[in-house]
Amino acid sequence: MSSILTVKDLSLNVGNQILLERISFEITHGEIFALVGESGSGKSLTSLAIMQLLPEAITVISGNICLKEKSLFALSESQMQKVRGKTIAMIFQEPMSALNPVMTVGAQVAEVLQIHLGLKKEVIKEKVFSLFREVALKDPETRYYWYPHQLSGGQKQRVMIAIALACEPDLLIADEPTTALDVTIQAQVLRLLKDICKQRELSILFITHDMAVVSEMADRIAVMKDGKIVEQAECKDFFINPQHPYTQRLLSDINGTKVFNAQKRENEALLKVENLKVHFPVKKGFFQRVVGVVKAVDDVSFSIGKGKTLALVGESGSGKTTIGKAILSLLDEAEGIVRFEDQNLIALDNKSLIPYRRKIQVIFQDPFAALNPRMTIVNIIREGMLSLGVGPKGRVAQDNYIEALLLKVDLEASHMHRYPHEFSGGQRQRIGIARALAVDPELIICDEPTSALDVSVRTQVLALLEKLQIESGVSYLFITHDLSIVPMIADEVAVMKEGKIVEQGLVADVMQTPKHPYTQRLLASAPKLMKEIP
Amino acid sequence: MKLVLLWTDVLVWSLVIVLLLWSWVISRSPQIKQLWRTIFKSSVAMASSVVLLFYLFFTLLDSIHLRLALPHEAQQSQSVAYEVEMVSLLDLIFAHNIQHTERTYSAPFATVEYTSSIMVNKEGKTVQVNLPLKYVSSNDDFMDKSLVALIMGILLSSLLILLHIWWREKRRFTSACKEIWQGKSMLPWRTAYVTFMLLVITFTWLYILSYSYHVLGTDKVGGDVLYQSFKSIRTGVLIGILTTLIMLPVAIILGVSAGLFGGWIDDVIQYLYTTLSSIPGVLLIAAGVLSMQVMMDNHPTWFETTLERSDLRLLFLIIILGITSWTGLCRLLRAETLKISQMDFVTAAKAFGVSKLTIIRRHIVPNLMHIILISVVLDFSGLVLAEAVLSYVGVGVDPTMHSWGNMINQARLEMAREPMVWWSLFSAFVFMFILVLAANLFSDRIQKVLDPRNNT
Repeated sequence: MSSILTVKDLSLNVGNQILLERISFEITHGEIFALVGESGSGKSLTSLAIMQLLPEAITVISGNICLKEKSLFALSESQMQKVRGKTIAMIFQEPMSALNPVMTVGAQVAEVLQIHLGLKKEVIKEKVFSLFREVALKDPETRYYWYPHQLSGGQKQRVMIAIALACEPDLLIADEPTTALDVTIQAQVLRLLKDICKQRELSILFITHDMAVVSEMADRIAVMKDGKIVEQAECKDFFINPQHPYTQRLLSDINGTKVFNAQKRENEALLKVENLKVHFPVKKGFFQRVVGVVKAVDDVSFSIGKGKTLALVGESGSGKTTIGKAILSLLDEAEGIVRFEDQNLIALDNKSLIPYRRKIQVIFQDPFAALNPRMTIVNIIREGMLSLGVGPKGRVAQDNYIEALLLKVDLEASHMHRYPHEFSGGQRQRIGIARALAVDPELIICDEPTSALDVSVRTQVLALLEKLQIESGVSYLFITHDLSIVPMIADEVAVMKEGKIVEQGLVADVMQTPKHPYTQRLLASAPKLMKEIP
Repeated sequence: MKLVLLWTDVLVWSLVIVLLLWSWVISRSPQIKQLWRTIFKSSVAMASSVVLLFYLFFTLLDSIHLRLALPHEAQQSQSVAYEVEMVSLLDLIFAHNIQHTERTYSAPFATVEYTSSIMVNKEGKTVQVNLPLKYVSSNDDFMDKSLVALIMGILLSSLLILLHIWWREKRRFTSACKEIWQGKSMLPWRTAYVTFMLLVITFTWLYILSYSYHVLGTDKVGGDVLYQSFKSIRTGVLIGILTTLIMLPVAIILGVSAGLFGGWIDDVIQYLYTTLSSIPGVLLIAAGVLSMQVMMDNHPTWFETTLERSDLRLLFLIIILGITSWTGLCRLLRAETLKISQMDFVTAAKAFGVSKLTIIRRHIVPNLMHIILISVVLDFSGLVLAEAVLSYVGVGVDPTMHSWGNMINQARLEMAREPMVWWSLFSAFVFMFILVLAANLFSDRIQKVLDPRNNT
């Protein structure tokens, strides 16, 4: 098979800092080549270098990139313009920002066709319809006139793929094309990409951080770390027999400790949620009349035992986070019963809630938004202690208490007077955990605490949460969209769809023998590693 | 001699005290100190802040008002009588300029009047001559005086600089001097000192020559333009600083409560500022100033001196400007508060049962600080310019008060003359330009350092 793209000894620098070091790989005709690595490993830089879209500050030190034996570095900008889109096309992670919000999606596809192929108007329209059909967009004749905001995330990504395919490129660069999508949508888009690859016989450079996606998609894999390719192999060999220690660690991180807590220990329930409803009123007009309701959470019941973890799984918009907020008594709209130690929290007013605020705490998804950038770590952690009157009273005693807390979440005590921006994502998440722990809670609501983190960091944070649970017997309500981490952390699982719980039970039961069709579909869509596929 | 405090003097001096207190608070917090250090690491920021301090110094000089006692012979009774008008320290420094009033226009450094007069000379012929100026020496000692001024300027500024270095680094004086000379000090002190030296030399040169010349010329009634320009500094700086001070609390309180509480509070505040900002600002200001003018005309007994009267008018102008200009910042703060109040750290604080007021104080306002600081410094230059525009339109400060706007307003007719009288406009422009430029450069630096989007 002939090679489409050859990257040879590519090194990039910014100033004296090395970004990429002697990257070499080759993509042959009709194959899916995956570039895998954690954030900051240089995956996206490589793709930008191929497109010749590198920022000015970055200089190419050595190496060459050849497209069908033609060096891309030798091309002028106007020649490169023709290569982009026509021979190499690209799709991005965020379909929202990649589409122009003030143009109909049909016009955006047509624009590309017109620029690169110079076809007549009627011909173009027919071509757009056929492209939309190819990417399985329903009703292409009506969708043509829709604006991006009228489409869902998955549909937008399909339009992006249609734009990329418009000029029949030889190589498609897909930069994390499914990271922003829900599991079921992700599965559809991945299948679509695979079908297109086969039908059109084009090559795909697939950039991702998700090993499971890679194992479903790729023919060959290269693993990047710190600007270097540490391992390159055929997909089959790669997962069965990883060579490099970093790769081995990555794979073991993903597989996790798959011990199903099969036996149901009879613990008393710490938290009981009965018939919880959160209906947000929709207001309109000058006098803010209520014209309807959005049923974010609709009649949900579950319970969490002492020292247990309940995982709440669902796609975006299913009302998981709203349940978390309702339990924290942060929503005025919540109705029903949230029974914590035989006390219905929803019936309490703000003042009588205060003793319960101490017992229920929260960890957030985005470690960058969760910490006040203008406060030092010690003050961030101290805030809850002061507000709820927990822990020692004097300033020095509090400092010592916080120091011990930081050590407990594996941070250095000397960091306590620093500001959040001096820490990495994983470290910030630990600070968030320390803040919650400072008031010695009995239940922690973890709202997607790991979805913004890299795989290896994710494993560490999950391990920390587990360690803390064993030490202090705290219960978790673990909200997540990622089915793959449920077995690592949870005892029980509840699956949510459109504000309702469709299935709940022990992790082992639900994961192995799902009863509800939605759960079955979720599990089927979740990408799996080679190893598990028999 | 009696010290008199005008209303604006009280405000200026209390502001200075607040600033000193604030810098003391800053010096106790290592993090904020570090932030300000980063701001001053840029030599542009250092130089422009020296220029701003220079202007502030003249403002303060001009904000100490005295009423001098009348000389003994003129006193009728036992009690000490005071002069009708009060003077500031700046007036005392420029006393010779106030006294040396010429007959009419004269160009900078001129020895004769700008316009020719018709005279009958000794031979009985009627001739057109440019009359010599009354208070300008005829002997040509321009170069000598300049040299003296230069030497004095260098000596004075070096002395002050050395004193400052000694005050900062008592222990290692010589090595500190060396570091600064080579530009190796932590902060760009060399730039600051060079700027300072240039300013002092320029000032001494202008000042010493002002004894024997009208350095920047004279206006229509023979008043010294140099003196007017220096007097205008106070007006400009006051309007710039005090207006923001009046505007800030309104903007912060309304903006934050609109963003945080939402609901009907948000609606009321939004309607308020939408209404206010859809009325032309000049119209509101003109209405305010004119009604205040009527009131002051009806109560002439309120004021002992004309200075008190024009001072009150300045204060009213500042208040009116403040009331009309909070809407922009309020809108910004509301939007930002909306964003911040949805952030997870605010949710975390709520989960800790922290009260709303504490959330505002600890989580929201500190995160708005960069917007506030940036808009204060940006608004400052805008307001200095606004004063010029308003005085030009005729609804600005009292016509008897020295201000760049009034100078420009007068220059409107002078520019149409043939030959043109350009120096009034020129002086007002240069003085205003330097102030606004320094403020803008400084605000750029503050924006760059404080805006969190810039230090990723």
